[in-house]
Amino acid sequence: MNEALWALGRGTGVVSLALFTVSVLLGILNRSGRPLFALPRFSVALVHRNVALLATAFLAIHLVTLFGDSYAQLRLVDFVVPFLGAAKPFWLGLGTLAVDLMLAIVVTALLRGVIGVRVFKAVHWLTYLMWPVALLHSIGNGTDAGQAWFIAFAATCSIAVLSALGWRLSRGFVEYQNVRIGKAS
Amino acid sequence: MNLRAPDPRSAADPTVLLHIDWTKCDGRGLCTEILPELLARDEWGYPLSYGYGSNVPVPDRLLDAATDAVSLCPRQALTLIDR
Amino acid sequence: MSRAPDTTLFPPVQAPAGTTRLTAARAADYGTHQTTFGPLPAHTDSAALLAALRDSGLEGRGGAGFPAWRKLAAVPARERARRRRVVVIGNAAEGEPLSQKDATLLLRSPHLVIDGLLTVAGALGAHSVYLYAQASVLEAVGRALAERADAAGIELREAAESFISGEASAVVNALAGREPVPQDRTVRLTESGLGGRPTLLHNVETLAHIALIARFGAAWFRSVGTKGDPGTRLVTVGSDGHPSTVLEVAGGSRIGDVLRFTGVDTGTLSAVLVGGYHGAWLPAYALEARLDRADLAGFGANPGAGILMGLGERRCPITVAAAVATYLAGETAGQCGPCVNGLPAMAAVLRRLARGDRDPGLPGEVRRLAAIVTGRGSCNHPDGTARFVLSTLTVFADDVAAHLAGHCRKDHR
Repeated sequence: MNEALWALGRGTGVVSLALFTVSVLLGILNRSGRPLFALPRFSVALVHRNVALLATAFLAIHLVTLFGDSYAQLRLVDFVVPFLGAAKPFWLGLGTLAVDLMLAIVVTALLRGVIGVRVFKAVHWLTYLMWPVALLHSIGNGTDAGQAWFIAFAATCSIAVLSALGWRLSRGFVEYQNVRIGKAS
Repeated sequence: MNLRAPDPRSAADPTVLLHIDWTKCDGRGLCTEILPELLARDEWGYPLSYGYGSNVPVPDRLLDAATDAVSLCPRQALTLIDR
Repeated sequence: MSRAPDTTLFPPVQAPAGTTRLTAARAADYGTHQTTFGPLPAHTDSAALLAALRDSGLEGRGGAGFPAWRKLAAVPARERARRRRVVVIGNAAEGEPLSQKDATLLLRSPHLVIDGLLTVAGALGAHSVYLYAQASVLEAVGRALAERADAAGIELREAAESFISGEASAVVNALAGREPVPQDRTVRLTESGLGGRPTLLHNVETLAHIALIARFGAAWFRSVGTKGDPGTRLVTVGSDGHPSTVLEVAGGSRIGDVLRFTGVDTGTLSAVLVGGYHGAWLPAYALEARLDRADLAGFGANPGAGILMGLGERRCPITVAAAVATYLAGETAGQCGPCVNGLPAMAAVLRRLARGDRDPGLPGEVRRLAAIVTGRGSCNHPDGTARFVLSTLTVFADDVAAHLAGHCRKDHR
């Protein structure tokens, strides 16, 4: 039983990271204001949101299953306060930090209509911190970090996000940017 | 200079207006996809409804779509006004 | 209705006769003001003031021409009943470069404006009262405020310097300490304005008229002017882009008469711009039109803030219009996409036409852009700019044709 939980804990961690990566890519696409082939802009926005929520669900399973694990030696405080862990406190702490950031990002995104665009945007920028922290956690804490498949997975995610970021910073990233005279608001 | 007078009303008009706050609108185009019957895009990407500037009458059959457009606008530039 | 002056404290004063009303006092000091106009009625309640303003037919002198009584009536009755909630603002931002009448009024008759503010504020039991004016008149207005004890509650604030600084929501933003730019509004300022309080904003000339109506009544106000434009109004007359004279004229005066009175030779004009840079051209053949809504409607103009700018027949109107459109494009607050992009695009096409580009599609492109920007901003800057540009194409159709044919012989400076 413990072995099964252990496998589930690791697996959900990897899936969660994969889904967060997809959500980051969709979020960047969303900001550009462009559709994804046949997928209209509002669908990109909805898929971005739903994939992020799904990633959050997998993350929740990741936390719960590893809480019961004797090797990880997690206490409740480790879910909230980073760098207090018994085993690999630094790498575990990165995971905790990522969870905290993720909670802030998801909650403010869901409450966007209440808190306003300004606060939402400010907190949403933290995604660019959360994602690399989560990736580092998976590399430093993950049992599978040395495996070829995991290295390929982590490399693919990194290249995808870095490329998207490069596009994000390029001229003409925003649709119509090249025909607009000035940036409104 | 003064604020624009509200769009002229008549009994046959729909009772709900989709209001565009141009100071917030960034021309992302989601609303024009959700409400192609009401909104086109101008050459800079901003929503365009010929004949109506900032307050676009919403027919009853498009009320749900208009509500979606309001909630999905990434800049929260849209509101529905009951008149 | 007519209110007799309070004769128990002060000797009765004759109401100003003729068209010299706002400018009747020989000097700007409080003493001369009091001997000229008599005392301000101690208190006018809001129902009485509303009735007097409605009977007077006074329209706002800030440009939009909204009936003054309607604005007062738009302050919800429950707010009028709740004392000390309402905010009253006297607006003399006068961002329009062709207008000087608000600054002139504040220099010549500051106490009439102050009286108007106090009358409206008293009727509404206002919470706070502001006077929003250009830097150039602050010192003089400050002196006037200091001359009287009843004006202690009026806060004098320096207006931002931009074309749109006088737009009502931009004034409210400025007074609230925010950027002095227009704001998107779905609720009227009279419902929720400065600090969420019901806010009544009047042009200072409107307030000066209110001060006189409160003294001498609606019937006296209407005894000058036409049915369509009762009372007097201040007019800034200029030529070739420069305001030169401010004078008080009867409502509905013939525009040609006003121009000739200031020494303009109307025979040398090709047109007159009525209403400033957001206004419309009146062609030379129509100069005998009256300065009222009905006569000007056909040209897309209105008396507005009383701005008349003559254009000499030797000057190329397309070149002038392109320069104005370029100025207006630069005066966008930069908030609304269609205005930010559409106005410079429109001005650029007009400049091409002015420079002699003979592409026959240019006028159509100007019209298309004008239609696209109209109604699509949080204030009427795009609408006013489009109105001016469209009026140029219509009134100066011959000059447009001359440019497209390459034989405009007018002065292109």
